[in-house]
Amino acid sequence: MSEVTIWLLILVIGLGTYLMRLSGIQLFGKRGMPPRLKRALRFVPSAVIAAIVVPAIVYGGPDPGLHAENLRLWAGLIAAIVAWTTRSVLATLGIGMGSLWLLQWWL
Amino acid sequence: MDKDTQQALLAGLRDVSPMLPGVVPFGMLAGIAAIEAGMGAMAGLGMSVIIFAGASQLIVAQLIAEGALPLVIIATALLINLRMVMYSASLAPFYGGLPFRWKASIAYLLTDQAYALTITRFFGEGPAAHQRWYYMGVAVTVWLLWLLSTALGVMLGATVPAAWQIGFALPLVFLVLLVPVVNDRPTVVAAVVGGSVAVLAYDAPYHMGLTIGAVAGIVCGVLTETLFSRARDDADV
Repeated sequence: MSEVTIWLLILVIGLGTYLMRLSGIQLFGKRGMPPRLKRALRFVPSAVIAAIVVPAIVYGGPDPGLHAENLRLWAGLIAAIVAWTTRSVLATLGIGMGSLWLLQWWL
Repeated sequence: MDKDTQQALLAGLRDVSPMLPGVVPFGMLAGIAAIEAGMGAMAGLGMSVIIFAGASQLIVAQLIAEGALPLVIIATALLINLRMVMYSASLAPFYGGLPFRWKASIAYLLTDQAYALTITRFFGEGPAAHQRWYYMGVAVTVWLLWLLSTALGVMLGATVPAAWQIGFALPLVFLVLLVPVVNDRPTVVAAVVGGSVAVLAYDAPYHMGLTIGAVAGIVCGVLTETLFSRARDDADV
């Protein structure tokens, strides 16, 4: 991809994201958001984040796929438990990366 | 600067500080990902200034590295940032009446952190003059730290050995963000469907797997909520 295309991409995504950031505070301030839009938007964070996380764990590593040799599945499971119980980015990053490195070194 | 302004700024700084350790590795990762995707240092930093939304920056770098079509990259990034519409609307009761230059600045600085802290702090209150300074205390801090950590990541760039599997940090950071938003049955359904469909659709043409998964998750979340509220209404009769 050329440098010009990359900068155009960044500008278009930046502009679109800015308009979304401005939308609610500027447009829906007095009238309130349309109820249908509001109901659908409630599910955006959970659906989008899960759609980022799960494929990155299953297909991101050197042994991609749903099988026991894919160490990211095991490290991801451990990290999910840590994230769920501590809600801490540092603990999840530390234990998640640490368990991946340990598994790599052992096996 | 009067006393109320100063106090509100400091309160924002104090409330955001426990969140800062999460911002640094995430920002570094965004910088490293941009370099690994061959975007160059300026474009890596440019993303942090112009887009200023970590999740979409990481996915943009990944999609560029995979050679996805520009239109697909734009659609995927905007879908990831769609939650900003919801955040922005939630802030309207407090900031919707301010002069446009304030709204324009508040909008630019809007992040998951700024949204979450402001909503928690002012819930149930009417609009008040000090609220904008609290927001600035939170949001400007996140912005500065985000730029610094991206710059650090851009400098480290390709020096990180491949054996460290630094890319695994991406799902780890997002796992932590997922926990608080999955808080009732419909949001659980949205997450489970979103994640599974994204895996099944991984090989979909034009790198549309993430988008297909996310849209399926949103639709199933809405359907679940509709079904359950209907069942509850029937039970009431």
